[in-house]
Amino acid sequence: MSLIASGLLLVAGATALACAGAALASRISHRWRPLLSGALTCLVGLGGVLAGMGALSGASWSVTMPRLLPLSQAVLVVDPLAGLFMTLVGVVAIAAGIYSVGYPHPHGDEHKAAEGVGSRTVQAALPVFVAAMVAVPAAGNVTTFLVMWEVMALASLVLVLAEHRARPEVGQAGVWYAGMTHAGLVAILLGLVVFANAAGTESFAGMRAASSGLSSSTRSLVFLLVFVGFGSKAGLVPLHVWLPRAHPEAPSYVSALMSAAMVNLGLYGVLRVGFDLLGGGQRWWWILVLAVGALSALYGVLQAGAATDLKRLLAYSTTENMGLIFIGVGAAGMFAAADNATLASLLMIAALLHTVNHAGFKTLLFLGAGAVLRSTGLRDLDKMGGLAHRMPATALLFGLGALGASGLPPGNGFVSEWLLLQGLIHSLSPSGSPDVATAIAMPLAVGAVALTAGLGVAMFVKAFGVGFLARPRSAEAAAATEVPRTMRAGMVLAAVFCAILALAPLALVRSLQRALRALPSIRQERPVHGALELQLSGIRGSMSPVLIALALTGGALLIAFLVRRTSGQQRRTALVWGCGGTRLSPRMQYTATAYAEPLTRVFDDVLGPEQDIDVTHHAESSYLVQSIHYRQRVADRIENRLYPPLFAAALWWATVARRLQNGSVHRYLAYGLVGLLVVLIVVGVSW
Amino acid sequence: MNGATTSWSVLGVVVQVMLVIAGAPVLVALMRQVRARLEGRVGAGLGQPWRDLRKQLRKESIAPDGSTMVFAAAPAVALSSMVLIVCAAPFITTTSPLDGVADLFAVVSLLLVASIALALAGLDTGSAFGGMGSSRTVTVAALAEPTLLVAGFALSVQVGSSNLASLVEHGQRVPGTILSPASLLAAVALWIVVVAEAGRLPVDNPSTHLELTMIHEATILEYAGPDLAMVELGSAMRLAVLLGLWGNLFLPWGVATTAGPGTLALGAIVFVVKVAALGAVLAASEVFMAKWRLFRVPELLAGSFLFSVLAVSSSFFLS
Repeated sequence: MSLIASGLLLVAGATALACAGAALASRISHRWRPLLSGALTCLVGLGGVLAGMGALSGASWSVTMPRLLPLSQAVLVVDPLAGLFMTLVGVVAIAAGIYSVGYPHPHGDEHKAAEGVGSRTVQAALPVFVAAMVAVPAAGNVTTFLVMWEVMALASLVLVLAEHRARPEVGQAGVWYAGMTHAGLVAILLGLVVFANAAGTESFAGMRAASSGLSSSTRSLVFLLVFVGFGSKAGLVPLHVWLPRAHPEAPSYVSALMSAAMVNLGLYGVLRVGFDLLGGGQRWWWILVLAVGALSALYGVLQAGAATDLKRLLAYSTTENMGLIFIGVGAAGMFAAADNATLASLLMIAALLHTVNHAGFKTLLFLGAGAVLRSTGLRDLDKMGGLAHRMPATALLFGLGALGASGLPPGNGFVSEWLLLQGLIHSLSPSGSPDVATAIAMPLAVGAVALTAGLGVAMFVKAFGVGFLARPRSAEAAAATEVPRTMRAGMVLAAVFCAILALAPLALVRSLQRALRALPSIRQERPVHGALELQLSGIRGSMSPVLIALALTGGALLIAFLVRRTSGQQRRTALVWGCGGTRLSPRMQYTATAYAEPLTRVFDDVLGPEQDIDVTHHAESSYLVQSIHYRQRVADRIENRLYPPLFAAALWWATVARRLQNGSVHRYLAYGLVGLLVVLIVVGVSW
Repeated sequence: MNGATTSWSVLGVVVQVMLVIAGAPVLVALMRQVRARLEGRVGAGLGQPWRDLRKQLRKESIAPDGSTMVFAAAPAVALSSMVLIVCAAPFITTTSPLDGVADLFAVVSLLLVASIALALAGLDTGSAFGGMGSSRTVTVAALAEPTLLVAGFALSVQVGSSNLASLVEHGQRVPGTILSPASLLAAVALWIVVVAEAGRLPVDNPSTHLELTMIHEATILEYAGPDLAMVELGSAMRLAVLLGLWGNLFLPWGVATTAGPGTLALGAIVFVVKVAALGAVLAASEVFMAKWRLFRVPELLAGSFLFSVLAVSSSFFLS
């Protein structure tokens, strides 16, 4: 039996066990339930990794189950592109699965299992969610794909709603998520149905063969529809609105799975349909993708920069990173359409590498944020602080994640951002003049990537520095304790994954190159190679992540050692200078809001922060101020501008529809008659 | 590359590192001296920063109560990233065997690593000043980074590579590229960024300790003794690195392109003269300038970003 088949069998077996486990849940005590659910999740993840690695090593595998789905058949086809995403989901799931064991009992006290997170439904839905995410890339026809997509959406919805009894906001977030994910499903469904209908078959192989015979308007319509659907799953602006709501309210390991694994399947969909099934398509598609990516990157990073809710910040950071990835994908598509395989493959490798990097650091960051949340009950950065002393392991791991996410050397995000920049700058070659669209798009894309990179650094300095360093700003933060061993183990696994990516990206690049073979318009062997240094094919540019990391850390250690030796003195601890006054209180420290204030003010026009100052005077004299309350809220302006008209339209339609349904049976019979007549006339005319 | 050439190019890197470490504090002294003379003062002389460093090395390091490893490690990290840049960048020779390790974009990121290490340390102190300086440092760095990258893009497009040695060698080989509109615009944009990143007027005043105006000084207010010495040496090297990079990108003449004793010596002398002259010009211009308020700095940086975007566009439309 091949590796892929055994991996998928493992996925199926573990999922079946999870369903059986859900049925048997009443028999299992809530003490052991998280352990069982976490173990099953890990097994499903392991199955995903095995199957994915098998596919990435070059094997391909398919199976057809004719009677599994009504009116159609279930087809699974695993190629290297699917394998990449299955591996990615698997790795994230293993880390999240281990972590989820300790999450419902934050202080090792199994009697105080958190409301909701430890419930049977939630525990059973977790492995099902992971299994559906592993199965989505493996789907080989439209029906299988849509069924798996919907299972994934529903399982994740159950997980998002886990804590709905404890907090009313969770219900709101669930409604938003359900609405957006189903609107997305409708778009994907329409796109794929139009495509399958025009192609005359619903198997991906048949559609791939038939796509070149389709009219260009059909192809464009299909692409636009699926881009809207997959873009909403990937969290691209303006369809990102569910991310900053659903991610913060879901249990943290679910946020990690959604943000690090599920959004990638949106990217998978665009790659599969756009590059594989439609064969690359027209250039304006990819200019659109590039523009949406740039907009998402900038808007996401600005909102994240202003956010003070740690998980909301991470959710916006996902929008930002998906934006960067889609900048790469869009540029790759543009060059593929212009038959420049060298640049197209380099940019696609950069985008895929950034996808993998993002999965690594975002898992780590969400798990870290979850550890803080479980230990202190806090998500608000303004109330944190000083956690590095009380949760040293979590602080270190979160710091590593933040380093990766900020795109600085020696973190893992740096390598992929560097590759992306290299791809973009070499698009304007010194010899041949590029066409006007490239010459305008590429500098703007570089500007967007550069601004995103700069602001991203600011955002993660804020998240790590304000959250973990200095002194606690609230009693909860002061009373924090380190999280259980399983939660730390999950984070360590994600951190090891990030470290490997940071130091040896070339080990992965070979697998990514194999995944490119599934994309006919881009396919090129070895756009990136080298041993210690990253070298690019056909382009002069090199950089060595491992030497930079070694030199930075080695140099810092050497310098610290030399300075200690020459001065020969120990570091003494003393009070912070309080301007000659008394000791500073923790309230005088900068908060996250204060920290981001200069940038919020610079980008005032985009963010539009709402400020509120209440001054209360003493009763005796209006010249004496008793207290001043200052509040600042940065709302999502795109959401506030774009969505209310849509809601108004939906409500209007609901009101109109209510008039149709007034309870009179006579009128319902008349509707039936009119309906039948209309159908008969339409059929009569068209035949 | 044969054995002798390799050993000469390795020597070139060593000389470069020694020269920048030894010379950076002298550059700071030179700039202070220029300002002092123009303002009618005598000045402390060229040896003063080294005397200060020696004094600080003999003192005791102090860490604020409640600070973490971040505070203790930041000076060494910042200094180490500066040394790494000096190893990889072509200051006196382009034949460095380490050229492939870090290109222009990696160097920009390493500069940012140094700022971020100190910004985190400023937050870690738990004082209001530290947070304020940290927040301002990060704001300026976040807005300067795009200009650096886009101006780097404009320069790389003309050469077809972002490796620093290629950029410098191309400038020497084809002097016309330096006078092209793209390069001139990039030069203006990068000069503004150099001023901002090095913490000079009108963005930051390196000689102030006035609470409301300081950026860099507020961040490092809690450092003392050897830690402070490392921070001061690091910021002096940062100034030298930025001026050196600007000088070699836009005035590439004199940088050794072959490894040998004569070219290395010439390269070293030309580099010292170049950086000293740029430093003197910067210091002299500061005499006629006041510090801007913090919220006008973004306007300055936005202006330089515009210049860099124009540079990229002109490299396409005017070539």
